Amino acid sequence: MSVEIEAPPTVEKPASPSGLPTWMLGLIPLALIAVAMLALLTVGGDTLGERNGPPIEDIAVERTVLRPGEIDLTVRNAGADSVQIAQVFVNDQYVDFTADSERVGRLGSQKLTLDYPWQDGSPLLVSLLLSSGAVVEHEIAIAIETPVADGGFYGLMALLGIYVGVIPVMLGMLFLPFLGRVRERWLQIFMAATIGLLGFLAVDAYLEGTEIAAQGSGAFGGAGLLFIGAAVAYLGLVAVDRHLRARGERAKAAGAGGFELSLLIAIGIGLHNLGEGLAIGSAYAIGELALGAFLVFGFALHNTTEGVAIVAPLSGRKRPSFARLALLGLIAGAPAILGAFIGASAYNPELVALLIGFGIGAIAQVIVQLVPTIRDQAGRALHPASVGGILGGVAILYATGLLISG
Amino acid sequence: MKHLSRRHLLLGGAAAGVGLPVLHRTVPHAGVHGDLAIAASTNGSKHGTGGHGGGVAGPAFKSGGVVDHKANGFNPTDLLRDFDMGKTRRLASGRTLREWDIVAIDKEIEIAPGVKYPAWTFNGRVPGPTLRCNEGDLLRVRFVNGSTHPHTMHFHGFHPAEMDGVPGVGAGVIEPGKSTTYEFDADPFGLHLYHCHVGPLAEHIARGMYGAFIIDPKQGRPEADELMMMMNGFNTTFDAEGNQVYAVNTVAFHYVNEPIKVKRGELVRIYLVNILEYDPINSLHTHGMFFDYYPTGTRLQPNELTDVVMLGQGQRGICEMRFKFPGEFMFHAHKSEFADLGWMAFFEVS
Repeated sequence: MSVEIEAPPTVEKPASPSGLPTWMLGLIPLALIAVAMLALLTVGGDTLGERNGPPIEDIAVERTVLRPGEIDLTVRNAGADSVQIAQVFVNDQYVDFTADSERVGRLGSQKLTLDYPWQDGSPLLVSLLLSSGAVVEHEIAIAIETPVADGGFYGLMALLGIYVGVIPVMLGMLFLPFLGRVRERWLQIFMAATIGLLGFLAVDAYLEGTEIAAQGSGAFGGAGLLFIGAAVAYLGLVAVDRHLRARGERAKAAGAGGFELSLLIAIGIGLHNLGEGLAIGSAYAIGELALGAFLVFGFALHNTTEGVAIVAPLSGRKRPSFARLALLGLIAGAPAILGAFIGASAYNPELVALLIGFGIGAIAQVIVQLVPTIRDQAGRALHPASVGGILGGVAILYATGLLISG
Repeated sequence: MKHLSRRHLLLGGAAAGVGLPVLHRTVPHAGVHGDLAIAASTNGSKHGTGGHGGGVAGPAFKSGGVVDHKANGFNPTDLLRDFDMGKTRRLASGRTLREWDIVAIDKEIEIAPGVKYPAWTFNGRVPGPTLRCNEGDLLRVRFVNGSTHPHTMHFHGFHPAEMDGVPGVGAGVIEPGKSTTYEFDADPFGLHLYHCHVGPLAEHIARGMYGAFIIDPKQGRPEADELMMMMNGFNTTFDAEGNQVYAVNTVAFHYVNEPIKVKRGELVRIYLVNILEYDPINSLHTHGMFFDYYPTGTRLQPNELTDVVMLGQGQRGICEMRFKFPGEFMFHAHKSEFADLGWMAFFEVS
């Protein structure tokens, strides 16, 4: 019996019946979509009749700057229509003001300068009366003069960033020799504690991020930006990790894996500290932060644990050079300085939410990286020792966190 | 923290097709008062325009903004001295028959520079026309409802139950497009008011459906420069919780920009009515002078010489004064919040 073997079907793309080149086939639908969209924009709306009900104005104050006898507000319009702020009253008094534009367009912003002799330490309620009669209220919990962003101010913010970011992280890294001596079992517990610690930071950042995002106009996504930021950071770090691994496999350098893990943890913690710096800087700018020894002490103690987390993967391996260790410390700690600058001078709730989202994504990625290091012989990540370590990490941050909030 | 109070906008377009009787003179807008701007600037204000306030100099609107009185169809400066005597005819009995045509019209008005308010009005203005008559006249008010909402006219005064202008009695609620005639005697003499009495009452009043109703005593009152002042306010957010704008004769701070011109030594008589909705009280305080106060204007003897009177909603009284000094004299609600939110004004005495 002879079997006729059919030729396998061709894998070549069939030639276009019309004979058009491929790029043309892509271009034609694109052009048609453009035409249809243009038609919808220009005449499509008319087929739907008039809007049902009045326009809903949705504006929010993004930034408040207080100067003697003056209140500067930056408002953003998150609604579908342009809005006119016709008049403004502060604590039930109409005030004279200037605006840098007549109306606020969709997603646009406007700067208002109010002429009002506010009193130091008093709460203020700013009411924006729109041309439609709707009122948007903005609360200033405590009126206090906004610090002028001069050299001295940036110096103070840098000092603050160094106190709460760089110094504590580096102090925590001093545990490296100790970690190098402890037994494998204990190392696993330390790594588990790092996971617990990072998990705590992620949840804390999420809660803080949603709170901050709610202060904004929501024009650019509000709390959704946390997730966008987290996804970008997580996927970005996965890509970086894969790249480093591929290189590492080629080089097969002994101990390189430990440093790379430390680097990733440092990046994750760095992004977290950026968010922390933002919070400190913005709180200082609006007078909600009482700077003092206790706050610095609290942050320092809190953040030393981050230093321990960075060096934990390095234990039991060849110790990297001091320069590399210092670099890890700076990557993790220095963003607090940058955060303080941004927070104090260009505070925008939605930008901050995005940055905090980066921190969350970075932490999540680091946790995924750390899980293999706590597996026991049976391959379980969760065993009594690791669970104890995770809970211990959570407890340490909870306890030191009380010092800051207190 | 933000809180957006939304109102439920009901724009009336029903004025179309309904004749709007022009019951007041149209006087071109007098422009911003320059002298006061100078006075205010010496008082520490940085701002010359707008003629008032700003910073420590007190409440102010955004510099440079003005209300378009032409679009509104009325100027509060004209409303002061705009008394509508109606059309009169002598009856066989010797009495005077006095008639008015009043039309309810939905109309968007500008109550502060740039702030629009969808008002319900009598004859297209807020307050409605100041109806004035003599004690003992027979009054006939033909009311046409040109609004998209049901309305009535309820007068304060002696009248039969069926002429009370409330739902369920007499003609009751006048539906859109319908009309009725209210007929009653001008009694008692004094300063009264009229307003719509359809539910929800607070909203029908707050929207602007009110006006002053003056019955002159038989013997008359001494010759004077007479001014009608309706103390009102606007809850622009429609949340029924207080008002965002307070005023006398509708446009906030209007008499700061255009002070009321009076003559030194001349008798000035103010017909003062409080119609303010959503706030329990209102008041008037005059600077640099005292006035004789006649509560409700129903007696010819003043009961007090004062410079502050306090009025609940619907309360009214006549203030008679003579300015001793020339210059600019502030007058305002002595509820500072109302003054800061628009119920602030000036006399210019020459």
